[in-house]
Amino acid sequence: MIRPALPRWLAVPTGFAVAFLAVPLIAMLGRVDWLRLPTLLSSPAALDALSLSLRTCLASTALCLVLGLPLALVLSRARGRWATAGRILASLPMVLPPVVAGLALLVALGRRAWLGRQLSALGMDLAFTTAAVIVAQTFVAMPYLVVSVEGALRSAQEQYEIVAATLGASPTTVLRRVILPLAAPAIASGTALAFARALGEFGATLTFAGSLQGTTRTLPLEIYLARESDTDSAIALSVVREVQRSAE
Amino acid sequence: MIRTVIALTALAVLSGCAPATTPRIELVVYAASSLSDSYASLGASFEATHSGVTVKFSFDGSSTLVDQLKQGAPADVFASADRPNMDKATSAKLMSGTPVVFATNTLTLIVPKGNPAAITGLDSSLNGKKLVVCGGGVPCGAATTRLATLLGVTLKPVSQETKVSDVRAKVESGQADAGVVYVTDARASGSKVDTIAIPKADQVKNEYLVGVVATSKNSALASQFAALVTGPEGQRVLSSAGFTLP
Repeated sequence: MIRPALPRWLAVPTGFAVAFLAVPLIAMLGRVDWLRLPTLLSSPAALDALSLSLRTCLASTALCLVLGLPLALVLSRARGRWATAGRILASLPMVLPPVVAGLALLVALGRRAWLGRQLSALGMDLAFTTAAVIVAQTFVAMPYLVVSVEGALRSAQEQYEIVAATLGASPTTVLRRVILPLAAPAIASGTALAFARALGEFGATLTFAGSLQGTTRTLPLEIYLARESDTDSAIALSVVREVQRSAE
Repeated sequence: MIRTVIALTALAVLSGCAPATTPRIELVVYAASSLSDSYASLGASFEATHSGVTVKFSFDGSSTLVDQLKQGAPADVFASADRPNMDKATSAKLMSGTPVVFATNTLTLIVPKGNPAAITGLDSSLNGKKLVVCGGGVPCGAATTRLATLLGVTLKPVSQETKVSDVRAKVESGQADAGVVYVTDARASGSKVDTIAIPKADQVKNEYLVGVVATSKNSALASQFAALVTGPEGQRVLSSAGFTLP
């Protein structure tokens, strides 16, 4: 059996879609001051922003995996009203405007909030720290991991798990030797999505963590501030961010 | 289904072509964010005295507005929160005539209501406390740097925000212990903050300029709006918002 080809007319909307995505990026590349690029990117502010973005995104992606993977596993097995509520909750930060996500974090973990005060008493004052950036990134990025992994787990065949169990494998062994290896492609793509979302995070970081060079001013914040005074440097930084994202 | 779509499209096109009974003129005003309250009230009074005219506003950071004007945004009036941004507009030949200064703004220190961190000014009371200011690239940040130099103090902020309204929000919410903002922001925050005047603050002035955009199709109306801003009524509204008059 040969799979039938897609209808030819699909080429027209596909062409529009490609152009829609490519034209702004190409236009931006055309505006880059290539001769000044090395100078613009090696300024201390740009280097600080680059390294801060990389460090915080690695930390928040790791947190997403540690917290999000178990959540996705449990949600994929859960049934009923509470499971639906759980799925909605897990995807909510995706639809929240990022500034609203930042405000939510502020009223939950801010210096005036009950939880924030308890953390402060324990010596963990989040206000205006790099930790606050990681919290904001994890909050907005985790749903991308949970949703893609949970979807893959729910549509997975269960016979391998059943066979493994009948052969005497413990639940932990089934998880380690069957479920996780089968879900590996979805975990990889979910992790990449979460990393990309964390790298682009702007609104929640600005609202919750603030903006200080080397501490909280990540690449998107640096681009926004640079644009106020120097559009060329903002475009140069944007190009680096696109390269980073596509390198994943 | 397709028929319904065609019918709806035809209807939309036809109704768009139908002659309007009362032609309304839209005057588009691009103004710096800090002007939003005072300009909104001036816009309402302009509409009241000019029947058939609707005043529409776009409030944003001055440099964002200049970028949009450069890309051909259809504005009639542009009001900038500082001279460098208006200079960018005039040197790109975006303005007709010479824009005029209609107000100035000065800086002040705000703390959350009740001053929980016991701040006394831009002094040692800020040590170890969370001070938030504007970043160097934006007008209020440049003014903050000038004022700190004038006073001979070194500020150690925990955050340098891109917008003065973000500084204000962080002090209002108690997240920051103190913030340097414009007098107009402190006035707009009302009872949520306490204000501590900074000595010599009156020596660092941010000038607000207004002018008619070169590509305006309603330049006569645009000049009238600029005249309202620089006239007695405009000056009264601006001064009650906390602006200093030129």
